[in-house]
Amino acid sequence: MQDDISAAHEGQQHPVSLYMKVWGLLFLLSAMSYLVDYMHVQGIVRWTLIILFMLLKAGLILSIFMHLAWERLSLIYAILVPPLVLLVLVRIMTIEANYAFWTRAIFLGGGG
Amino acid sequence: MAQGIDREVIAPTLREIAADWSADQEVFRHTHWGKAMMWIFLLSDTFIFSCFLTGYMTVRASATLPWPNTAEVFALNIGGQDIPLVLIAIMTFALISSSGTMAMAVNFGYQRDRRKTTALMLLTALFGLTFLGMQAFEWSKLIFEEGVRPWSNPMGAPQFGAAFFMITGFHGLHVTCGVILLLIIASKVARGHYDKSGDYSAVEIAGLYWHFVDLVWVFIFAFFYLW
Repeated sequence: MQDDISAAHEGQQHPVSLYMKVWGLLFLLSAMSYLVDYMHVQGIVRWTLIILFMLLKAGLILSIFMHLAWERLSLIYAILVPPLVLLVLVRIMTIEANYAFWTRAIFLGGGG
Repeated sequence: MAQGIDREVIAPTLREIAADWSADQEVFRHTHWGKAMMWIFLLSDTFIFSCFLTGYMTVRASATLPWPNTAEVFALNIGGQDIPLVLIAIMTFALISSSGTMAMAVNFGYQRDRRKTTALMLLTALFGLTFLGMQAFEWSKLIFEEGVRPWSNPMGAPQFGAAFFMITGFHGLHVTCGVILLLIIASKVARGHYDKSGDYSAVEIAGLYWHFVDLVWVFIFAFFYLW
């Protein structure tokens, strides 16, 4: 009986060493993204590096710490696909921000 | 070869998705109900934070005054030298460490090691409180010494304060709720509440929330502090 209950709620079990490795990697990636600012890297290289380190950190947290790597594909898709529509919002707001910027620059004499 | 992989790996997993979704109650059948609900909550929270960050992007891109240089605004004077963003870096490391201890707490929870699980959860909460303490210091420094307000600041674009207080404030609220949740679950673990049912999923579910708070900070760190 006890075995039945344990088997039903076994849940996620992974070696502690895996968590320690991911922890170390997250430290390293954070230190590197901090260095991007500290070394005054500018322009397209800066933005690329910031986004790269950000996505790597997010991927590690999601897949290992939040156990997404071991979940069923249906659950993974239910979680990861909906946020993609946010890219549409970002695109729309980029256009809107551009319009607001030029309206202010042309009609408000750069004020506000 | 490629066709072989397709038939053996991709086709069955796609069939599994189709089978799961073709009856709506089947999708989360293999998932603990609390875990499925926490994931759905986190998904909605993702949209909230994404709206804040998109709003921040919009006001920053449409500001005609220069955006304050975050490296200078969040610099700390240590030993007569201004070190850029140092407090934010320490806050980041505190939050990542708390995520590491939380992941291990979940692990020991499923091994039914009550003492280690409780200790690691309390350590996680302590890291969370450290983070909150530093954030309180950061806020008071910005408000009282630098004169940053939600509607104006001496450094440049007035939208800076609104975006800063809104985004980091809402994130700090999440950390606060997380600390309270961790303390409640940790005390339940310590009292042996989950040994009666043998179900330690509550620790993993609290862990999901805590890792999400760390995840949001990754995006805030990249877009607000480093951009």
